[in-house]
Amino acid sequence: MVDTRVELSGIRLDNPIIPASGTFGFGSEFAELYDLNLLGSISIKGTTAQERFGNPTPRIAECTGGMLNSVGLQNPGVKAVCEHELPELEKVFKKPVIANISGFSIDEYVQCARAMDAMPQVGIIEVNVSCPNVHGGGMSFGVTSEGAAEVTRAVKEVTGKPVYIKLSPNVTDIASIASACENAGADGLSLINTLLAMRIDLKTRKPVLANKMGGLSGPAVFPVALRMVYQVYEAVKIPIIGMGGVGCAEEVIEMMLAGASAVQVGAANLVDPFACKTIIEALPQTMEKYGIQSLKEIIGGAH
Amino acid sequence: MKQGIFTLETNEGLTESVYKMTLRGDTSAITAPGQFVNIKLNGLYLRRPISVCDADCERLTLIYKVVGKGTEKMSAMRGGEKLELLTGLGNGYDVSKSGDAPLLVGGGVGIPPLYMLCKRLREQGKAVSVILGFNSKSEVFYENEFAALGARVIVTTVDGSYGLRGFVTDALESAGAYSYSYACGPEPMLKALYTASAANGQFSFEERMGCGFGACMGCTCKTLYGNKRICKDGPVLEKGEIIW
Repeated sequence: MVDTRVELSGIRLDNPIIPASGTFGFGSEFAELYDLNLLGSISIKGTTAQERFGNPTPRIAECTGGMLNSVGLQNPGVKAVCEHELPELEKVFKKPVIANISGFSIDEYVQCARAMDAMPQVGIIEVNVSCPNVHGGGMSFGVTSEGAAEVTRAVKEVTGKPVYIKLSPNVTDIASIASACENAGADGLSLINTLLAMRIDLKTRKPVLANKMGGLSGPAVFPVALRMVYQVYEAVKIPIIGMGGVGCAEEVIEMMLAGASAVQVGAANLVDPFACKTIIEALPQTMEKYGIQSLKEIIGGAH
Repeated sequence: MKQGIFTLETNEGLTESVYKMTLRGDTSAITAPGQFVNIKLNGLYLRRPISVCDADCERLTLIYKVVGKGTEKMSAMRGGEKLELLTGLGNGYDVSKSGDAPLLVGGGVGIPPLYMLCKRLREQGKAVSVILGFNSKSEVFYENEFAALGARVIVTTVDGSYGLRGFVTDALESAGAYSYSYACGPEPMLKALYTASAANGQFSFEERMGCGFGACMGCTCKTLYGNKRICKDGPVLEKGEIIW
């Protein structure tokens, strides 16, 4: 029997597979299809202090090997998430969840972190400083070391739960921003968020997305994500949740060899709602194929 | 929602760019007219959402217009090929609100989902009138199929080459009195109908989708009853909740 268990800041996961924020809602659509308790954890839809509609539509475009989205953090706001969405999720998912939060000011991050800190089912707070789809907020914190560190410190002050900072790939040196978060007290890092991208419609000669630009995800970004996880692993000692275009058990192992302690699966859920389940079921035999007894032992193995 | 493998039986052109495909497989997740399926196609990352034109317990009919890479691939498929589908997506039309004499209004490839709706309403003995709008005579399809269900059918063409000249709204008077309206078509058509018709009704909308089953928030619109995902809370909206 191979051992798929991993650990994130003292939280034991049965396996490293976590649906990524924004691709799994609050779980209910997938709970109709399979038992969510087979997942390692779930990163819930990015939550902000206030309810958000998000960006105008079209918010979705396609490209070779992936997709673009400009959803813009649509969510019902932290109050509704804590009072409705999380209790609903708790009925079908009995393990600690990852609460993904976002904000447009330090205050808003703090407000969300406080609310999530009070939720027993939240195991980890994942702080999104990297959404490419909101003007003046989100990503502006994540593109400088100072901004990312400032959010990290502020959130750490109001919660005792592990704080993971979700990093943007749209920067010149992700390793230095990762280090800044570590020095500011981050317990871990999640990377990568989507890559800023664009498509143009030949008939209208205008951008396909109403927001003009959006975040690229899917298989196309996997090698970029893998490279960044590899670089960040060398720069920090805190655990990394690796993500970006992961779609099969082999890529999960690759991500862990690069340095990820756990792996999020994002866009794949949207094109195949059974993607996480399929990956989890394929993990043991894939591990056996490559002579892996325990996933924990291969983390960072490529270095 | 169900995921299933379907076998393509027939795939034929109805007009120069509109095709009809019949598929065999598990249709049990399809519970209402106006729902759609999301089709996985080789070489394309996102699935292609296509509304259900008709379904019985083992067979599915889809009518689609070739407008891009996905529908081009579909039009080249042959009998015997397998397709992976997510079925039973979206809310579909609520037939219980139709009254005795509902009016169905469709424009172009908005027409197909109205066929299964018409079938259901006729099964319940409703006096159904249908307005089918096209640009030109060469684009007309399914006039006879609706008539065969026992519906009163009015065809309009924008250029006047067939049926009544003009838009679907120009045919409202000839449609006579109706109890309720069901519509599907391009947004300008829906908007015009919304203004021109006083009756209550349900309109089906279209949007670019990521997943098609409510997970990604890619297709959200605002309604008087709050934010709704076209793929999951729609594609059918009550006339009274629509915000243009």
